[in-house]
Amino acid sequence: MTVLVVVEHDRGTFAPATDEALTVGARIAAAQGVALHAITIGAAADGLASSLGDYGVTTVHQAHHALLTDYGPEAWATVVTQLVASLAPSTVLATGTDRGNEILAHVAALLDVPMMANVLELDAANLSEMTRMRWGGSLLERASITGGVTLFTVSHHSVEVVKTEGSPAAAVVAFAPALDVKHARTMVVERAERVAGVTLATAPVVVSGGRGVGSPEAFAPLEKLAGMLGGVVGCSRAVTNNGWRPHTDQVGQTGTRIAPEIYIACGISGAIQHWVGAMASKKILAINTDKEANMVAKADYAVIGDLHQVIPAVIAELERRRGWPPQLE
Amino acid sequence: MRVLVCIKRVPAPGARINITADGLAVDTAFLGFTMSPHEECAVEEAVQIVERNGGTSTVLTLGPVEADEQLRYAASLGVNEAILIPTDGLDWDAQRTATAIASAISAAEETGGDFDVILFGNESADSGGFQVGIRVAHKLARPVVNGIKGIAFSTSADGAAITVAKRESDGGHEIYHVPMPAVLGVKEGINLPRYPTMKGRLSSKKVVVVQHQSDAPAGGQHLVALQRPAEQASRTVVLGTGVEAAPAIVDLLTELGLV
Repeated sequence: MTVLVVVEHDRGTFAPATDEALTVGARIAAAQGVALHAITIGAAADGLASSLGDYGVTTVHQAHHALLTDYGPEAWATVVTQLVASLAPSTVLATGTDRGNEILAHVAALLDVPMMANVLELDAANLSEMTRMRWGGSLLERASITGGVTLFTVSHHSVEVVKTEGSPAAAVVAFAPALDVKHARTMVVERAERVAGVTLATAPVVVSGGRGVGSPEAFAPLEKLAGMLGGVVGCSRAVTNNGWRPHTDQVGQTGTRIAPEIYIACGISGAIQHWVGAMASKKILAINTDKEANMVAKADYAVIGDLHQVIPAVIAELERRRGWPPQLE
Repeated sequence: MRVLVCIKRVPAPGARINITADGLAVDTAFLGFTMSPHEECAVEEAVQIVERNGGTSTVLTLGPVEADEQLRYAASLGVNEAILIPTDGLDWDAQRTATAIASAISAAEETGGDFDVILFGNESADSGGFQVGIRVAHKLARPVVNGIKGIAFSTSADGAAITVAKRESDGGHEIYHVPMPAVLGVKEGINLPRYPTMKGRLSSKKVVVVQHQSDAPAGGQHLVALQRPAEQASRTVVLGTGVEAAPAIVDLLTELGLV
């Protein structure tokens, strides 16, 4: 038997989130005394095999087909399903990203078996019951699964990654799936890259504003502070619903889930839908006039005060320490 | 254009979600109900597609008879027809739900013709399984892409109708050309949903909700128990009050190596 991890990548660039599925896969393989395999889809990803041994992968299946030129959920899931048929793994997992959940849902549909999305806790020796996220993580569900291969995704940002650099390299096996153009009908045909720079999902600092900011213009000091710290501005759902900021700035269950070094939440009350998008932040600083606000209660640090005064004061203090304005002799 | 949008009735929680004594459901005694946020946008998108292209829109839900409230809310925004797959009130697993929805869609298509586009929310707010729309698409043998934040219609080089679907990625966005009829999982942010008008509310009362009974068997995933995550003891360090806290904030940022 084997445990199979689906390696997420974008035209050959490794998706770091895969670290988590590989770590959990290795734990399961060790507990069950079976081998850890991985699959990379498309020739562009062949170069990833050399580093997968660091996670304990013993065999990498490299799927090659002329149609596998870019990401496509149906094509990728068909490849995984065909490998499941020939390899017969006990378990197939990926990390619960947009693509990870999508691919495994397709595999589950093709095999007509359950798929547990966003698993948080499991007993590596026995996967018949696992604990997964509901409500974006504000509720946990213990669920049992029966039927065929066990499919699940690991909740992103929930696993401490384990890898040993310089481990023995994994063996490489070519896999030739049978695909036709029908499988490629949902493939990326074109893309637009954002201008280089930090994104909400990867920024080390997120300065976020809620209803308390009051207007689109009042985000200017937040923009300035974020810029000074190499970060970006985020916001709550109330802000996007008011049309003050684009939805791409929204932090939360239905927006972006972030994990910066510090999340500075200004004038955000902290409803659960917002909290679950921010809770993976290493540190949270809440700035709020209401000391009873949920965000203040859950934050690591809090400042009780009006963001319209506190943020400019922080900017002034940062400028002072950076020697601006210059002190004239 | 014939458009279907599938929604789910979910509780509207406050700052904390409570669980019933048997641990099997959310305690909704003091909660109102809504539809998942992604689906509010899916409904708005369905209405806009018909406004732009003509045709009819239909809303479908699987849930307790009380889900009539969410169907009529969608109708108050401009959706023309409604279908309810009544359940026993318990949460059905994804396989069972998808089987029931696919069968209701097939029945509706037999009488009214194929839906050109079927919209789902990317995932439900409560169970968050990320799979019902995808399973339904496979049962109907139609293409499906999730995470969609922009929809337009066009024709391919060989003259076939396609949906041009935009999805955000880490570094920008991706475009898919999905042949029609298509299934799409949409995400909040694709549009800003409108509020119902008084006229809409009144006319929504007249919409006939068609019931479709389902005998779909249970799938392989079973809820054992719900639990609340362990609450971290409050350990908030208050750095100060008002502008006087600014130096302490900068100290903290310096400590974290961010200055």
